[in-house]
Amino acid sequence: MTVLNENIRAKTSLNRKDTIWKKIVKQRQLLVLSVPFMIFVLVFNYLPIWGWIMAFQKFVPGKGIFGSEFVGLANFKEAFTDSNFINAIRNTLLTSILKISTSFVSAILLALMLNEVRARLFKRIVQTISYLPYFISWVVAVSIVYMVLSPSSGIVNEILVALGLIKTPIAFLGEGKYFYGVVALSNVWKNVGWNAIIYLAAMTGIDPEIYESAIMDGAGRIRRIISVTLPSIMPTIKLMLILNLGNLMNVGFEQVYLLSNPSNIDASRTIDVYIYTYALRSGRLSYGTAIGIFNSTVAITLINICNYISKKIDGYGIF
Amino acid sequence: MEKKNGHGMLSKIGYKRMTVEDLFLDIFIYISLLFLCVVTLYPFINTIAYSFNDAIDSVRGGIYLWPRQFTLRNYEKILVGNKAISQALFISVSRTVIGGFTGVFATLCVAYVLSRRDFVFRKVTPFLVFTMYFSGGLIPTFILMRDLRLINTFWVYILPTMVGAYNIMFMRSYIEGIPDSFTEAAKIDGASEYRILFTIIFPLSLPIVATITLFVAVQQWNAWFDTMIYNGMNPKLTTLQYELQKLLTSALSIAASDSDAVLASGDSQRAAVTPMSIRTAMTVISVTPILFVYPFLQKYFIRGLTLGGVKG
Repeated sequence: MTVLNENIRAKTSLNRKDTIWKKIVKQRQLLVLSVPFMIFVLVFNYLPIWGWIMAFQKFVPGKGIFGSEFVGLANFKEAFTDSNFINAIRNTLLTSILKISTSFVSAILLALMLNEVRARLFKRIVQTISYLPYFISWVVAVSIVYMVLSPSSGIVNEILVALGLIKTPIAFLGEGKYFYGVVALSNVWKNVGWNAIIYLAAMTGIDPEIYESAIMDGAGRIRRIISVTLPSIMPTIKLMLILNLGNLMNVGFEQVYLLSNPSNIDASRTIDVYIYTYALRSGRLSYGTAIGIFNSTVAITLINICNYISKKIDGYGIF
Repeated sequence: MEKKNGHGMLSKIGYKRMTVEDLFLDIFIYISLLFLCVVTLYPFINTIAYSFNDAIDSVRGGIYLWPRQFTLRNYEKILVGNKAISQALFISVSRTVIGGFTGVFATLCVAYVLSRRDFVFRKVTPFLVFTMYFSGGLIPTFILMRDLRLINTFWVYILPTMVGAYNIMFMRSYIEGIPDSFTEAAKIDGASEYRILFTIIFPLSLPIVATITLFVAVQQWNAWFDTMIYNGMNPKLTTLQYELQKLLTSALSIAASDSDAVLASGDSQRAAVTPMSIRTAMTVISVTPILFVYPFLQKYFIRGLTLGGVKG
């Protein structure tokens, strides 16, 4: 009996192996097309994890990972007594929450408004204009933001002064208290059009008959927006919210770094910015890696939680 | 796309009974959208106006939609006889062209293979998708580039970003939509996979290939952070965006106060420029190519975006 079982097992495993090998040989051309590029993914996206060892060392670039001295959790312990790092966590969360909520609401509002526009040409022009800033770099965007917010010649200050809302121009980038707002609004300016696309796409899928029966029931346009359009795009809204929350720890380095300067650093020091300006530039590689690991771990946990929730609600997640 | 547009029908009914509510809603929406357009476009126009205005005159401010004292001097200063900028322009164009080409080639190959339902290692897909949400971190990546001897080379712009998971998933879902009947005949004739990919799949995927090409090219053209950390010290390998970033950072660190004092202009009073005038001209130069490809880009990306969607 056992011998027979063994035989069968041997045979099937052999068979399975066989088919895999056969398949590999058969599909060798597909492998030629993909394996070289998958190696790139492995090297550039996964190999850096090897460097995480540095976080547990007193890493000296000259000695490399093999030659450097191990210090256990010292770098992590240091991080949690480092007031700048605590400040960075706070800034990351605050900036992120503000950014997510503003971009989220603005995109849905824009999509709702565009959906109500009957003049096709007007709609197309607005769309063309609103997508444009998405394609420029953050360097250009920040350069433009800097022009607009300039205390000496910026239009924003001129308007605020002319309206009598403020007496003297404000240096928006020179003080920490305006920083989160500047980040959130410049992000809306750059991305609102692009972010609205996904909701607009969801709206084109709504059955016109639902609108017609709403009209029959005497629903006005605002009523229809609230009772038909919004509920219909709810699945998309939910999915986007989950995706965004998964990215809570990822504020977007480029924008924040470019807008930061010594006078607003207490608000602009996010985790990414801190790793770059403090750890990388001053050579504290081990410490920076430790902070980076903390950030990645929290981010992965969040994404997995969000993915799990998304699967529960909608039946499919991101991976 | 071909779906019946709900508003075509609505407008017929809607115009018949235009209520006060409708009117106010329309007014609100049109004004809001016009406001959005103005807010989006004005900063560009204002920057362009400043870039064509005399540098010293600009310090007075008060320039809005067009220059007050027209001049080409700011551009002249950047483009004529400025070795650093022309070199940066050359590198920017090179990385856009080479990076665009290799990136699209890689994307097409991997996307095709992963679109095949019978592919042996189809299960590696999540391994690819995961890279969209995960990074090993700035410092480990930096050390890796150092160990691979990529720092201070042009290839650090091309190799690490060549295989982008997002673009691959995007193109894969397009290729998956191509009916098998297109490739069946070729398969029966015993055509190689390469032949199927490049003579059947590729021509059928042109819209998505165009979209991805433009995405990758725009991303390459806009990149500056890799230049800063890997090649910032090497004037032969800097890019236009990085040069602009340097100007911007130096302007920002003097921040708040009025930083745009007249720069010692070198030769003569005639050639006077300020950090601000140079910055605005650089901004315009680095955004111009985007403005040119944008109309072509726009034709495709909405379809591509809604098609690829967020599904993995």
